[in-house]
Amino acid sequence: MAAIYSLYIINKSGGLIYYKDYGSAGRMDTNDSLRVASLWHSMHAISQQLSPVSGCLGIELLQADTFDLHCFQSLTGTKFFVVSEPGAQHMESLLKFVYELYTDYVLKNPFYEMEMPIRCELFDINLTQAVQKDHVTFLGR
Amino acid sequence: MQFFGGSEISPSPPAPTASGNNGHMMYVFNRNGVCLLYREWNRPLRTLDAQQDQKLMFGLLFSLKSLTAKMDPTSAVEKGNLGMPQLPGQGCSFHSFRTNTYKLSFMESPSGIKIILVTHPRTGDLRESLKYIYNLYVEYVVKNPLYTPGSPIRCELFNTTLDQYVRGIS
Repeated sequence: MAAIYSLYIINKSGGLIYYKDYGSAGRMDTNDSLRVASLWHSMHAISQQLSPVSGCLGIELLQADTFDLHCFQSLTGTKFFVVSEPGAQHMESLLKFVYELYTDYVLKNPFYEMEMPIRCELFDINLTQAVQKDHVTFLGR
Repeated sequence: MQFFGGSEISPSPPAPTASGNNGHMMYVFNRNGVCLLYREWNRPLRTLDAQQDQKLMFGLLFSLKSLTAKMDPTSAVEKGNLGMPQLPGQGCSFHSFRTNTYKLSFMESPSGIKIILVTHPRTGDLRESLKYIYNLYVEYVVKNPLYTPGSPIRCELFNTTLDQYVRGIS
């Protein structure tokens, strides 16, 4: 199973509403994760502006020397991105599944306010299980 | 045909064919962010004028480099603040990103020359191709005694060779 280093969820304004670290070597404090999330929001928007053909929806995959960053944006503008090992497979399926968990355990929570940080215990539990599970099982969904 | 620049007008690249031409455009920047070369083969959509487009592209690359250096999950050393300039080769750098409409491949030399090639999204790994393009730059531009470092590249032989090479990339 490929390593997943961290998962971020950003609201449509670029604010960080969820951050989970699964074992990065360098510790990133709260302020840094907020800045990184906001910067990614801007980079995602700029990449749409620089597209040579119309219909661009923004960066889906960023490949760096030591990690890959996979990003999924929902139709309402919420972004889910995961930092993983280079070459990790099935990250798109994982992000779609995280989106399902988000709709089931966060949006259906009557106490959750939109655009605010996510503090839902069931979401945390199911997300941890999903990340640890064998990702191939997502293909059948 | 005149070799090694001198001509102020480069010939336009031939009209792109429907098949076999996967390159959209290419940029070359120096370490100060000056756009040395902008080469375009297939760009139906244009949202900004040329100068703003080049500045926006350089800003995107600078910020993405800063972001990847900060996000590096395998390095435990203390990383500086976001936005702090990085030396070429310092820290973790990205080499490509993909959207649903294009793929941008990126290479930076130790002297700070940045080469950016924008292709269609299903292009494979272009790191070796960008190294070859950098070799073309060294052979036809840097070794040209008429070329002033830091000024835009106007070298017909380089443009012709580059067009031929990019047309073959798939």
